[in-house]
Amino acid sequence: MKRSRTGLSALALISVSALALAGCATSNDDEAPSAGDASAVVSTNGSEPQNPLIPTNTTETGGGKIATSIFAGLVSYNADGEIENEVAKSIESDDATNWTVTLNDGWTFTNDEPVTASSFVDAWNYGALFSNAQSASYFFDDIVGFDYEVDSELTGLKVVDDTTFTVELASPEADWPLRLGYTAFMPLPTAAYDDMAAFGENPVGNGPYMLDGEGAWVHEEKINLVTNPAYEGVRKPVNGGLEIKFYSTQDAAYADVQGGNLDVLDAVPDSAFETYEAEFGERSVNQAAAIFQGFNMPYYLEHWSGEEGQLRRAAISMSINREEITDVIFQGTRTPATDFTSPVIDGYSDQLEGAEVLEYNPKEAVKLWAKADAIAPYGDTTFDIAYNSDGGHQAWVDAVINSVVNTLGISATGKPYPTFAAALEDRSTNALTGGTRAGWQGDYPSLYNFLAPLYQTGAGSNYEDYTSEEFDSLLKEGAAAETVEDATAKYQAAQEVLLKDLPSIPLWYSNVNGVWADTVSDVVFGWDSVPMYYQITKD
Amino acid sequence: MLWYTGRRVLQMIPVFFGATFLIYFMVFSLPGDPIAALYGDRPPAPGVIEQIRAQYNLDKPLIQQYLIYIGNFFQGDLGTTYSGRPVSDVMAGAFPITFRLAMLALVFEAFAGIFVGLVAGLRKGKWFDASALVVSLLLISVPTFVLGFLFRLVFGVQLGWFRTTVSSEAPWGELILPALVLASVSFAYIVRLTRASVADNLNADFVRTATAKGLSRRRVVTVHVLRNSLVPVVTFLGVDLGSLMVGAIITEGIFNINGVGGTVYKAIVLGESTTVVSFIAVMVVIFVLANLLVDLLYAALDPRIRYAK
Repeated sequence: MKRSRTGLSALALISVSALALAGCATSNDDEAPSAGDASAVVSTNGSEPQNPLIPTNTTETGGGKIATSIFAGLVSYNADGEIENEVAKSIESDDATNWTVTLNDGWTFTNDEPVTASSFVDAWNYGALFSNAQSASYFFDDIVGFDYEVDSELTGLKVVDDTTFTVELASPEADWPLRLGYTAFMPLPTAAYDDMAAFGENPVGNGPYMLDGEGAWVHEEKINLVTNPAYEGVRKPVNGGLEIKFYSTQDAAYADVQGGNLDVLDAVPDSAFETYEAEFGERSVNQAAAIFQGFNMPYYLEHWSGEEGQLRRAAISMSINREEITDVIFQGTRTPATDFTSPVIDGYSDQLEGAEVLEYNPKEAVKLWAKADAIAPYGDTTFDIAYNSDGGHQAWVDAVINSVVNTLGISATGKPYPTFAAALEDRSTNALTGGTRAGWQGDYPSLYNFLAPLYQTGAGSNYEDYTSEEFDSLLKEGAAAETVEDATAKYQAAQEVLLKDLPSIPLWYSNVNGVWADTVSDVVFGWDSVPMYYQITKD
Repeated sequence: MLWYTGRRVLQMIPVFFGATFLIYFMVFSLPGDPIAALYGDRPPAPGVIEQIRAQYNLDKPLIQQYLIYIGNFFQGDLGTTYSGRPVSDVMAGAFPITFRLAMLALVFEAFAGIFVGLVAGLRKGKWFDASALVVSLLLISVPTFVLGFLFRLVFGVQLGWFRTTVSSEAPWGELILPALVLASVSFAYIVRLTRASVADNLNADFVRTATAKGLSRRRVVTVHVLRNSLVPVVTFLGVDLGSLMVGAIITEGIFNINGVGGTVYKAIVLGESTTVVSFIAVMVVIFVLANLLVDLLYAALDPRIRYAK
């Protein structure tokens, strides 16, 4: 997942909001751009990449938006999150387990090395190898041969010829190609393996943009990209390049758009929520993004397991006035949740059975809470929600707590931790005394990506140790389904299980809030909250 | 004098070790696993985290970590950040810009502050003095970030006289606005210090003697009044140089300057001991040297102060 934290340190939770679906501006993909200077460089905001720019070690947003600009994978995502072939000519399978990938001819890296099947297979093997300690290594864990404990080759990957390779998965996955536009699956030139750290400083890719010479990356300040003249994929840039400036605060970036020093900003600071639409009008966007936010009640707490816990979770959920909080605290820059995924994901639904538990219903909430008290009285235990105070969460946590207090009449409080690290520590060691904020930003546009990592038994981000056989088996059936429609039906059924159990109490989806200067047009935000840079025209 | 200076420099050694160890200990004691937190809501494979912890010696006990750090320090290796960059590179990026900003602010607050303070002190009770007092009181009460936002909005966005943030080339012209913001509070203190001190000295015996000797008003004011009034001001400037170097975090954030304050803040939040300690070590040296300079300046300003054995 793209790490989503920001703040003064460019690292607080919930970040960078983001955006979704095609934005206001429309673009004519088929026509030559009518306006704009093909050599003009568009400036936009970013943050210092956490690691050298090695695709398999780039799992946060700052590095992610650069990596997807300078690399082209088998597929890329359009603004709606649908995949379009880039290097791949076809990705086919009869049984969803054995995949054959055929590449287009003629792709080269910017050092003129051709992009072949080995460029992918070697890069994936590098990313998966235990001792390379790549942060995205788990993305390869469903390929035969992967091992979490020791160095092991991905034996499921076989190069057939220069333009063909086959992939054997450990179990069938109908939507496997959906994830192939994620940074972890990019190809690498052979030159990379000589000195990976040096390569990460001056990466050589095959994407629509490339670094503007050695030293184009000025650490902590900016990175300069120019268009790659050899690129012939679906993301052919109509501008001359990108200057991605790193900001320590979104607020400074916003002032730069106002002052004419920045063309495109993909994260409006809280302080401007009330004014940015009036100020920028048509040149702003506010739409749901692939970011889910909620809070979890751990199962190890007294009163929060079994039937009693289920009743209490439902009662808490119904006591929260999501509409009011998103309006008042977030000025309409959040969208109340109706499921566990996001409106920008194919298969999102606001009609799931049991979704009424996410609606504000104080009477029912009081009734359910009383029912739980009949099982075991709650007494005067204080209900709390943990959050990291360096991430701008206090306002909404307090609002949620107020909602709960007003509806249920129990004593409740927010529980701030000084840093994200401190909050994570208590979360991962099962030392919480109450609920904890929880968030998720999609890596790739798939329902599965919002469910499996968070709620499957034993999954990496299932900190609160939720476990449900019914959910696990529906998820498995969904993954193995032959068509995407069948898979979606299973994933929706799996979410209906979650709506009963509420391992996470959904709150809202983050929106992307972006603005741009009058020097640029055709600004469209992608499903992942990042502007489709290649479409932007500048005069 | 030389002996005194040498002794003061030698005193830096225990201060250096004490400060670095204390800071190392404090960063070490921050709750949570810094490596796990790097990845936000989704952790990488557990094996990956373990390997990275080992790479940064985070799996070793505190004392061992500190000794490894100090050992490398004296071989000129300051370690790397969690993103793999040498800390020395980070320092080379952050210190020059902060130093330039601090110097600009110091020059502004010293010259403008002493001038306004001197005039106010000489015309005690007149309208200039009254307005200087009101303005300085205002500057002291308004938090720096309010002034920063206001200046950026008015002079950057609305009037367009200055860039809203400092570009990565950071020419001197772009630093003027942040330097003014940074200097504002100290400017106010210097005005008040100088004014009080000048007003005091005007009634001193040696000033009366100088005037009685028939010296010109100009000479009395510059040589006798001002020079003697500068002792407290110089003390303040010395301490302030230190805080300007390390405490510009708010101003740097507002104008997006990649300087010392922001870097250290980020490193503390990330729990990056090597970065924090290396920066602090340099800051300790700056503070100690600035204080030494102040002490030596006393002697130059006031002949009664001598550092003989």
